[in-house]
Amino acid sequence: MISPSSSWLIWPIIVPLLGAVLCFLAGKPPRRTGLLFAVLTGGASLVLGWQVLARGIESHALGAWRPPLGISLRADGAAALMVTMTAVTGLAVSIYSGGYFQSRLTGDDRDRRRLAQEQYFWPLWLLLWGALNGLFLSGDVFNIYICLELVALSSVGLTALSGKPPSLVAAMRYLLVSLLGSLSFLLGVGFFYKTCSTLELAAIIGALAPTPPMIMALALVSAGLLLKTALFPFHFWLPPAHANALSPVSAILSGLVIKGTWYLFYRFWQEEILLAAVGALPAILGGGAIIWGAFQAFSQQRLKMLVAYSTVAQIGYLFVAFPLLADPAGMGGPALFYFAISHSFAKGAMFLAAGTFLLQMGHDRIDDLAGVRQILPVSSFAFALGGLSLMGLPPSGGFIAKYLYVTTAITQGRWWLALLVVLGSGLTAAYVFRAVAAILSPRLLEERPQLAVAASMQWSALALALMAMLLGIVATLPLALLGVK
Amino acid sequence: MTVSPALIYGLTGLALFVIGLAGLLLCPQLLRKILAVNVMASGVFLFLVTIAHGSGALIDPVPQAMVLTGIVVSVSSTAAALALLCRIRENADRRDPSQQKGGR
Repeated sequence: MISPSSSWLIWPIIVPLLGAVLCFLAGKPPRRTGLLFAVLTGGASLVLGWQVLARGIESHALGAWRPPLGISLRADGAAALMVTMTAVTGLAVSIYSGGYFQSRLTGDDRDRRRLAQEQYFWPLWLLLWGALNGLFLSGDVFNIYICLELVALSSVGLTALSGKPPSLVAAMRYLLVSLLGSLSFLLGVGFFYKTCSTLELAAIIGALAPTPPMIMALALVSAGLLLKTALFPFHFWLPPAHANALSPVSAILSGLVIKGTWYLFYRFWQEEILLAAVGALPAILGGGAIIWGAFQAFSQQRLKMLVAYSTVAQIGYLFVAFPLLADPAGMGGPALFYFAISHSFAKGAMFLAAGTFLLQMGHDRIDDLAGVRQILPVSSFAFALGGLSLMGLPPSGGFIAKYLYVTTAITQGRWWLALLVVLGSGLTAAYVFRAVAAILSPRLLEERPQLAVAASMQWSALALALMAMLLGIVATLPLALLGVK
Repeated sequence: MTVSPALIYGLTGLALFVIGLAGLLLCPQLLRKILAVNVMASGVFLFLVTIAHGSGALIDPVPQAMVLTGIVVSVSSTAAALALLCRIRENADRRDPSQQKGGR
């Protein structure tokens, strides 16, 4: 199935990598180059999504070397959907970043540091984007390991970019946790290779069996991936890293990076043999994450910390539904992916809006944000819409996802899971309302400060929030793409 | 039962992995944590090389290529970690100059 046209698969990976190199070589902050390559990458990814939807699975053997020796790229519906999701969130974040770095230039002596931040932001972000696409499209476990390391190193660089002591310490912890996760994954790959004598993902998944080396390999790979996805109780590194990073970086980390490792985990764990044996394990950890994360989010004083702990809780939803994957009607997978996409859009919008508040007001203390909607109506609206999707109110992507969760759980007789999802929504509502109440409060600001942020920062967040809403109205397209198997 | 060299090397690799893991979790100092990760990586590499040996006389090149790539990744991530450590150290010194002489 190798034809010249199917080599479109390489573009969503090559374009951002090329852009990263060019941006790195540019002498001054490469905003134009960065934005250009962000648009090109987004376009290439959307074309791939469209191709898979129209023509079915795409695959490509790099350099015409076929597996088992060569490295294959493969896009089925799930992979194409993740690449498309990354493109939408990535485009919004890129446009936001242009305005963000522009607005932060004030003319005082800290300008040089801020220029340097932008100079390194674009190459790191494009590298991260290319590595994520590589992760989704790669059909070879060792290549996936390389992509995992690329994602980790560029994310750590982005986290450390703000240069403030808390973010440096958070970046260090993030790096160590990531390395531990990658090494565990690599050791697992070693066990896989010893048992299967191949590195091809599909072949390995097809050969899963309850033999001791396979169990060892799966345990190592899964532990590494869970650690990197920050599933409770491995979540400790996430809130400081996500909350202290520069605002566009927070949106990238929460909206996209954790989805990469979650997706890999899904690839291994969607198999019936695993679900039947230990499918309850991710569900139990996910349940713990939903409750613990929501409780922590509710007790935060800073808006970005609240949104970061909310990510801990929402990661729980990504795992709690794993037992539902055994659904004979096959609605478990769509439920999970729908949740992943709407979370990416909604959480991205919320972090972008929170970053706008932080830049405008100079702080993000929730109680002192009252009245901010007078200055930033569009961002406030975007934050509230993102919150609606997170809570799962109609019409939003979050609503469809939770509806699928609950109906599938009830038809399977898993009442506890349905109850947990509903309870989690209530908890989400509690902390979202706490933030939204402050932002939309009718209190007037004593003095109205000058608008200090670019319009693109407000509108890109709103566009992303509207995408989360749109998912609630146009459900057929993503589900059709996911159905390509 | 005879103990083959491959088994010894494989178990040594796993033991190094566990020792490194313990160091990463138990040592409070960041530099030691970075070194512990390197010990873990060496363990994984040793294990992979053992797999390459296999049972027959022929040596499988795939795990060896994996180790080569792994070493490159390990060197670059260690460099990144050390650079980050230096920056954290500079920040700490700036905030508390009295600590500058000791504690390294």
